[in-house]
Amino acid sequence: MTAVTTIQLNGRPVEVSAEGDTPLLWVLRGELHLTGTKFGCGIAACGACTVHLDGQAVRSCVTPLSAVGTHTVTTIEGLSGADADALFAAWTDLDVAQCGYCQPGQLMSACALIRANPQPSDGEIDAAMRGNVCRCGTYPRVRAAVRQATGPRGPSVSATP
Amino acid sequence: MKRRTFVLRVVAAAGALGIGWTFFPPRGRMGDGSQIPEGPGESALNGWVKIGTDNTVTVIMSKSEMGQGIHTTLAMLLADELDADWSQVRIEMAPVGDPIYNNIATVVDGLPFHPDDHGLIQRTTAWLTAKTMREAGVMITGGSSSVKDLWLPMRQSGASTRALLVSAAAATWKVPEAGITVARGVLSHTDGRRATFGEMIAAASKMNLRDDAPLKTPAQFTLIGKPMRRLESAAKQRGTATFGIDVVLPGIQYASVAMCPVLGGTVASVDGAAAQQLPGVKQVVTLDGYNGSTGGIAVIADTPWHAMKAVKAVKVTWNDGAMAGVSSAALMQKLSSTLDTDDGHAYLKRENVDDALAAATQQVKAEYQAPFLAHAAMEPINCTVQFANGKATVWASTQIPGLARRAVGKVLGIGSDQVTMHVQLLGGGFGRRLDVDFIAQAAVIAKAANGVAVQTIWSREEDIRHDFYRPACVSRFSAGLDASGKLLAWRNVSAGQSVVGATVGRYFGLPASPIDKSTSEGSFDQPYEYPAVRVGHAIVDLPVPVGFWRAVGHSHQAFFTESFMDEVAVAAKTDPVTFRLALLANHPRHARVLTRAAELADWSTPLTAGAEGARRGRGVALHASFGSVVAQVAEVTIATDNSLRVDRVVCVIDCGMPVNPNMIRQQVESGVVFGLSAALYGEITITDGRVTQGNFNDYRPLRMSECPAIVVDIIPSTQHPEGVGEPPLPPVAPAVGNAIFAATGTRLRSLPLRLS
Repeated sequence: MTAVTTIQLNGRPVEVSAEGDTPLLWVLRGELHLTGTKFGCGIAACGACTVHLDGQAVRSCVTPLSAVGTHTVTTIEGLSGADADALFAAWTDLDVAQCGYCQPGQLMSACALIRANPQPSDGEIDAAMRGNVCRCGTYPRVRAAVRQATGPRGPSVSATP
Repeated sequence: MKRRTFVLRVVAAAGALGIGWTFFPPRGRMGDGSQIPEGPGESALNGWVKIGTDNTVTVIMSKSEMGQGIHTTLAMLLADELDADWSQVRIEMAPVGDPIYNNIATVVDGLPFHPDDHGLIQRTTAWLTAKTMREAGVMITGGSSSVKDLWLPMRQSGASTRALLVSAAAATWKVPEAGITVARGVLSHTDGRRATFGEMIAAASKMNLRDDAPLKTPAQFTLIGKPMRRLESAAKQRGTATFGIDVVLPGIQYASVAMCPVLGGTVASVDGAAAQQLPGVKQVVTLDGYNGSTGGIAVIADTPWHAMKAVKAVKVTWNDGAMAGVSSAALMQKLSSTLDTDDGHAYLKRENVDDALAAATQQVKAEYQAPFLAHAAMEPINCTVQFANGKATVWASTQIPGLARRAVGKVLGIGSDQVTMHVQLLGGGFGRRLDVDFIAQAAVIAKAANGVAVQTIWSREEDIRHDFYRPACVSRFSAGLDASGKLLAWRNVSAGQSVVGATVGRYFGLPASPIDKSTSEGSFDQPYEYPAVRVGHAIVDLPVPVGFWRAVGHSHQAFFTESFMDEVAVAAKTDPVTFRLALLANHPRHARVLTRAAELADWSTPLTAGAEGARRGRGVALHASFGSVVAQVAEVTIATDNSLRVDRVVCVIDCGMPVNPNMIRQQVESGVVFGLSAALYGEITITDGRVTQGNFNDYRPLRMSECPAIVVDIIPSTQHPEGVGEPPLPPVAPAVGNAIFAATGTRLRSLPLRLS
């Protein structure tokens, strides 16, 4: 039943009152109105809802509140650090987003990847990112942006006068 | 009805609206800005832009942003003519209802003429259609039409605004206008005086609107033609961009829906007692079908999760309706057997094709098929509505806000003018959000909540199982060759449902026209110079709800036509590029695109070998749609276990003047990936009236590990800008299919492309 629980969210304790079976996704979106984490499928098949639990990428749509416990939760709203900044910069430089709906999830997966593996190969990028669906087709730019964030700077796509 | 008869009747009907009216050109689309809400310090000088005393330039958007980058690209058109500072440009959605925002281009594009037809009937019909749409059309984002539609209005607005600011500066400084220049949001006089837009806006807003301001020549463009980044990119990365599903309002409640599993079914009875006992549940609502949707029930609760859990606890007895017992396999059979007796409406006819076929020394025949497809945009279907004191406010991701407003007014029993629309960013559209079923449904749900705002969210399963599907289609071809392998005759007829007919019924309750260009587009409107030809389409009424799916008819007709073209080239023992070029002698634009793609892909050099036992192949396709021309070369590898990988796709596009090459490249990548999902995996099947697939596990999208390298080349052009959002999609399926044939000798005539 409903109980007040404290979770460690984006670096601070946050009280939530939801049943233990409530997926973390809906605690974030429905109760806390942190809407950067997206609903896409509800069955961990698309990655739009990816957050970090103790730094690991997890699908919040199938992570019940009861499993969060004292683990630290990071959402796109709280993603920070030099590696995250490198990803955001590469995402901007290569202008990755299209409709943008899957992008927070893409960035959360990419950041978990490069924190665990600072110099991923192309195959490792593909393997880590294949759980994140993009219907618009940003895959080539996501791949290039992860490479750019972790290696020598590639050519920029845009010119701003 | 014959096409010409139909067209003439349309012309006569439009003409009957007033002889005098027909002599004048369509009214201007500048508008006076009176409907634009102005914040403190802001002045709207016309219907497309307002400027603040803080120097902010807010460009008014009549088109929905769904990933195609249209907000950025349209803002470039206006900001360039205005000589604005790009860093000061902001976006605001247009108010719904002013006819200046009606989309004219997409309706004119939908007229059933061949692209080479510039005759009197074509020109007259296009003219009258443009005039009619200006007055009585709809605000719509679709048909790859946005830049085409607003190329002049946005630029004229920018130029006019610039002219007013110059006039204001000249009056303030008491100098001739000729001595004033404008660059990056600053007005300067030769005597050294300077003023920002913000400093002159108050004076400019008191002056009369000007519509005589000259437009720049291409050599004067500072933004148009440059690869500009997306304006809303940072917000999308950080999760602060507001899609429809991200709308949060004070006291908001959430609804989850369950619709009849059989498409078109209705509710017989509801037992909501168990659901009512669950935490947070407010009420259970029974739903009819609205604007083509299926009947069902909704649960309103305090949180989305409470609503989703409770909706499963509602016991519903369904009336399955007309789709009970219907299977997609039987429908495909019906489409195929229709072609035994029905030659369809001829959209293209030249010489006597049957005589030419009879005279041929070699005939090639084939039948092709394409399945139903769902859209499966990443943002599941949702809509937020608040209905209080006879007024409704709607927050929605929609491509068609004007008709959404009308649909909401209808189900709530209020006038459209009592409905306020707030169009949000779209987490993908692809044509699904051209339907308003879910918006009307959300309004009915919100009505039950007595003034509280309710956000209705569909599960992914409801999204895929209650879509308006890309119609299935079957197509038959016969081609005749002479002894030297020269093409003499091309005969093609396809059968499927009419999307325009179905949609016009859902939108307006109007009967379907016997002619629907979108059924045959991609087959009859291609540039090939067949000596004798007949291309037809037979509309077959089936009970499956169908809708606009990215590239519409082109999405499957290109697969049929370009695969069969490859078959005929093989029969003629001619290289597929050479064979096509021989049919394009009078179409240099198309020939150039094809030649360029072949060059970029090293077409004349054999592919490098794959791993031991793997077979590799290269295939080409050329396709014209939405005014643009695209050629693609796909390279595939088939491993020893028959698994297929698309290694690389080379894509060349001629879309007229490239306004924003960065967005064009994105859309080419997008079209290839979206098209590959469909080509390799996409299939909606129906058993006993129920859609089998329900989520991304069984309606598979392409994933990053399966994504090919994509090489994009844009042909430089000074011609009028043409469509970009859809044209890159159609050629990818035939290019891959032709590559599979080159690798294996197996011709795949059915989508999705499966080797075993």
